[in-house]
Amino acid sequence: MSLTAADVAEIMRLVESSSFDELSLELNGLKLHLRRAGAQIDAVPTPSQAPPVPQPAPTAALAKPDPADPALHEVTAPLLGTFYRAPKPGAPPFVERGATVEPDTVIAIIEVMKLMNSVRAGVHGTVVDILPGDGALVEYGETILRVAKSG
Amino acid sequence: MAIRRIFIANRGEIAVRIIRTCRALGIETVLAASTADRDSLPAQLADRTVCIGPPRPSESYLRVETVVAAALGTHCDAIHPGYGFLSERAALAKMCEENNVLFIGPTAAQIETVGDKLCAREAARTAQVPVVPGGAVSSPREAVELAQSIGVPLLVKAVGGGGGRGMKRVDRLRDLEAAVELASAEAGAAFGDPRVYLERFVASGRHVEVQVLGDGQGSVIHLGERDCSTQRRYQKLVEETPAPGLSEPLRRALHEAAVRFAERISYRGAGTVEFLVDRERDAFYFLEMNARIQVEHPVTELVTDIDLIAEQIAIAGGAQPGLTQADIHGHGCAIECRVNAEDPANGFRPSPGRVREVTWPEGEGIRVDTHIAPGSQVPPFYDSLLAKIVAHGPDRPTALGRLKKAISSTRVVGVATNLSFHTAVLADDEFLQGGMDTGFITRLLERMPVMTGRLSNG
Repeated sequence: MSLTAADVAEIMRLVESSSFDELSLELNGLKLHLRRAGAQIDAVPTPSQAPPVPQPAPTAALAKPDPADPALHEVTAPLLGTFYRAPKPGAPPFVERGATVEPDTVIAIIEVMKLMNSVRAGVHGTVVDILPGDGALVEYGETILRVAKSG
Repeated sequence: MAIRRIFIANRGEIAVRIIRTCRALGIETVLAASTADRDSLPAQLADRTVCIGPPRPSESYLRVETVVAAALGTHCDAIHPGYGFLSERAALAKMCEENNVLFIGPTAAQIETVGDKLCAREAARTAQVPVVPGGAVSSPREAVELAQSIGVPLLVKAVGGGGGRGMKRVDRLRDLEAAVELASAEAGAAFGDPRVYLERFVASGRHVEVQVLGDGQGSVIHLGERDCSTQRRYQKLVEETPAPGLSEPLRRALHEAAVRFAERISYRGAGTVEFLVDRERDAFYFLEMNARIQVEHPVTELVTDIDLIAEQIAIAGGAQPGLTQADIHGHGCAIECRVNAEDPANGFRPSPGRVREVTWPEGEGIRVDTHIAPGSQVPPFYDSLLAKIVAHGPDRPTALGRLKKAISSTRVVGVATNLSFHTAVLADDEFLQGGMDTGFITRLLERMPVMTGRLSNG
């Protein structure tokens, strides 16, 4: 699915008439981020306001672990919920590929019924890959991050 | 609304059972699975499986928020809770109501009403359904006064208890005060609710329950009764319908009482009203209502030809009532054995492990509900039910004959099972005669010196 200029205009009109200041939308590799001019950024993280990403039920299986490479560490989801890369829609992500993480670096938020749970890296290293899309449902134990361990 | 995708918040044979009906109805299924159940048969059969947590139920199947988040995240229209786990947690029904997901079961308020023994007793009384003589007590002095009118032997029960937990028998009035104090303290610690009540102890009672379906608008029908008197420590082992040897007026009175009770609370969905039938007085008393599908529902399905899971789904979806009492015709008799991974020779100790080989029976009138195939794991974290072997026939002797043959042709290798115990139950004269009380298994074990001998060691 792709968005035409007319679609974007329509979405902007909907945001204009809504009570939201900000919208971020992610569809099959396409990212759209809208912010109302002059909008105050909420102090409380509200990633739950991100619109749900439509998902067909029979999705692909869990991410396959990378074979070999013992230096590559997989960070798994400590609980099932909605995965968010940033503290709130539009904010910079907690980590990007290439970022250096410490064991207590917050790498994501997993939301379970409006309850936000910070997920920490748990290792020293460099982020190689971030697997789930923003707003995706992650299962318990699903790989969310690959980290090249250092030290 | 039309339900297109159902989230199954359960495991084991009931998950398989729900998937089977969903497939027949063209409904997609998403199964919740702990890490211990990822490769289970229901996980293979469901359209999608999501891992909701580690094996311990408290970290997976009992997490209300996780279950609802998983159902919403997979875009399910409804949640089927099965039995056990969250099936009778008002909190799940409430969270479903708040998040526009259909709960396949009664309303949160109905779960609360029937889950509180005192509320349920009160509802029974107002519906003119007989209850066991007894009542709530808040002090030892009150208990003594009430006990004098009930008579001994009597039971002290915890309001928040169930399945025999938090229950004490009192045979002499002078032991009452101590029993009430102890039961109250234990109930407070175990269930967070120190309230207790007294109840007449029926020396020879049968456990007979009535299956009902309510549309949530005050209209209720019944699908006959089930006799579940073959119990060991309050765990049912064999169930059958119809209940053998009940007088027709008593049977009718039971059905009518169950319907009156469910109508009184405008019950929605499938439910079971349990009664204690007093053999000596030919009377019956309301025990409780189970607000869920029951393990033993297949016997009712076999004699009525009604798919209870399909009815649950239809009612949750708000379909117009498709069934009236005139549509219900029981034919023949059905008997079910619960095959558990437990070792009768070792005090019925659970026997988890991997099932290496298994052969389930087939044949005329035989139905097997199971999640066990060769290679299946029986994790130690959950109940030990492996399968329900059910036989149907035009009459009780035929059904019993078919069941005996089915049990003897069943083979399970890798875990211990209670199959040999079922063989003994079905061959016993008392069972053959039918209509025995809940003391049957205790008496049977006494007649089996080998088993009781080992039991005392185990």
